Amino acid sequence: MTRAREKGMQILFMVAASISILAVAVICVFIFGNGVPAIKEIGFADFILGRVWSPNQNIYGIFPMIVGSIYVTAGAILIGVPIGLLTAIFLAGFCPAKLYKLLKPEIELLAGIPSIVYGFFGLMVIVPIMQDVFGGSGKGMLTASILLGIMILPTIITVCETNIRSVPESYYEGALALGDTHERSVMRVVVPAARSGILAGVILGIGRAIGETMAVIMIAGNQPVMPESITDGVRTMTANIVLEMGYATDLHRDALIATGVVLFVFILIINMCFSQVKKKGDC
Amino acid sequence: MKKIKSPISVIIKIMVFLATLITVGVIVTLVVYILAKGIPNLKPELFEWEYTTENASMMPSIINTLIMTALALVMAVPVGVFSAIYMVEYAKRGSKLVKLVSLTTETLSGIPSIIYGLFGYLFFVIALGWKLSFMGGAITLAIMVLPTIMRTTEEALKAVPDSFREGSFGLGAGKLRTIFRIVLPSAVPGILSGVILSVGRIAGETAALLYTAGTQAKVPESLFDSGSTLSVHMYKLMSEGLYTQQAYATAVVLLVMVVLINVLSSKLAKKLQKEY
Repeated sequence: MTRAREKGMQILFMVAASISILAVAVICVFIFGNGVPAIKEIGFADFILGRVWSPNQNIYGIFPMIVGSIYVTAGAILIGVPIGLLTAIFLAGFCPAKLYKLLKPEIELLAGIPSIVYGFFGLMVIVPIMQDVFGGSGKGMLTASILLGIMILPTIITVCETNIRSVPESYYEGALALGDTHERSVMRVVVPAARSGILAGVILGIGRAIGETMAVIMIAGNQPVMPESITDGVRTMTANIVLEMGYATDLHRDALIATGVVLFVFILIINMCFSQVKKKGDC
Repeated sequence: MKKIKSPISVIIKIMVFLATLITVGVIVTLVVYILAKGIPNLKPELFEWEYTTENASMMPSIINTLIMTALALVMAVPVGVFSAIYMVEYAKRGSKLVKLVSLTTETLSGIPSIIYGLFGYLFFVIALGWKLSFMGGAITLAIMVLPTIMRTTEEALKAVPDSFREGSFGLGAGKLRTIFRIVLPSAVPGILSGVILSVGRIAGETAALLYTAGTQAKVPESLFDSGSTLSVHMYKLMSEGLYTQQAYATAVVLLVMVVLINVLSSKLAKKLQKEY
């Protein structure tokens, strides 16, 4: 009796563990199953490389959105990584314990704020500033990059800090013993030793930035055309889905799902890079 | 004798100080701005039970957020905790199933919410024909927070010393009893901090709910009706463009919620650290 129960529960636990496998499988089947036929119907090259997105005329080219996502993400990395990494170095190597107790919860708070609130903040604060500085609508690539740069800060800071802290103390002591200053020991010995962990943090940040939707939609302008300057409006793949899903039908709807497929492939590649880098860092 | 610092050291110091200053500046600006603009807009009519276009009340959405959170957690917590139990207590390390489960959990945690939303729409709204429903949204969110609950529970279980298990076995308890009576109770604070993190994600989620649970600003009569959570409600207020003040107020409510959630989860994490 007890043995049967033990066995039964073990099987139940195993089934529970298999649910995440099932979930990934079902998600893949539904996204790819609905999106891939649409890509075939539109034509792979026309869809991926087409520069015109005009559902009214049945033209579906998402090249501007792919470029938009990449530009905005790259901008976010350019802004977020230096600030985040340096903040992490400060927290791990320079921060007095008392100040650390104050700073750490603040950074955790930044990670918990919903993206819709970030979007609102961007719309109300960053957009007017951009209007003043560059003129125009204030919505565009640069605005989106700045906001996304802020949004990936907690990810970058947390991952980098953990990895910098896990570098053996002996590295730092060795550098000090060779006559280096505290600052240079941290910067030139400890931080480079944590580089694979830092890279993992950056990749995680890329994943978050490229998948971000609600904040970007508020401030990127959302024009489905190729941006020509950093203040031009852009539409990301994520924004494309949310903006038009509400009223799209037939091939238009399928084209939006296909946009999801492309985004999903991007995410899978990023995930793969992340686990590769993490694996390398472990040994 | 005072050591003269090299210019490079000074530059490094200035750089890390500046970066931290920017980070802190951003956080303070964000929080203070939302609070300063939002609190004056917190008017009593925003908390009336019924939503009308005049009062733009957020009360139904607040109730919806609570129901949605409870519903998603009811599904995600047992599955997450059970699979963590399997991974830590039963599975042989390095077995194929363990590797596959870790891989898929990692994949799930990397998938952006809009993809979850798209999946929920295709699966629940279209394939199952549920239309926009609370249930569809809740299941979508349950899948979304599953990796968080699994990972924190796994860590909490691993942190329980083996001597606890050995003591229990030594007293003649079976594996199941050991897990439920000894291991799980000691892991509760860790599990709870994962649950609280998930509450934060669910309450703040918009993209995954927009096309699964929909944007209807009233408390649904059944779980298969549409209903908007607070974040979705805020998105709607903003996109309509007429309700900026109400959006400010909603932002405050969301922000306060996040702060509370953070305080709670860090308290629990501290408790966990103290115990071992």
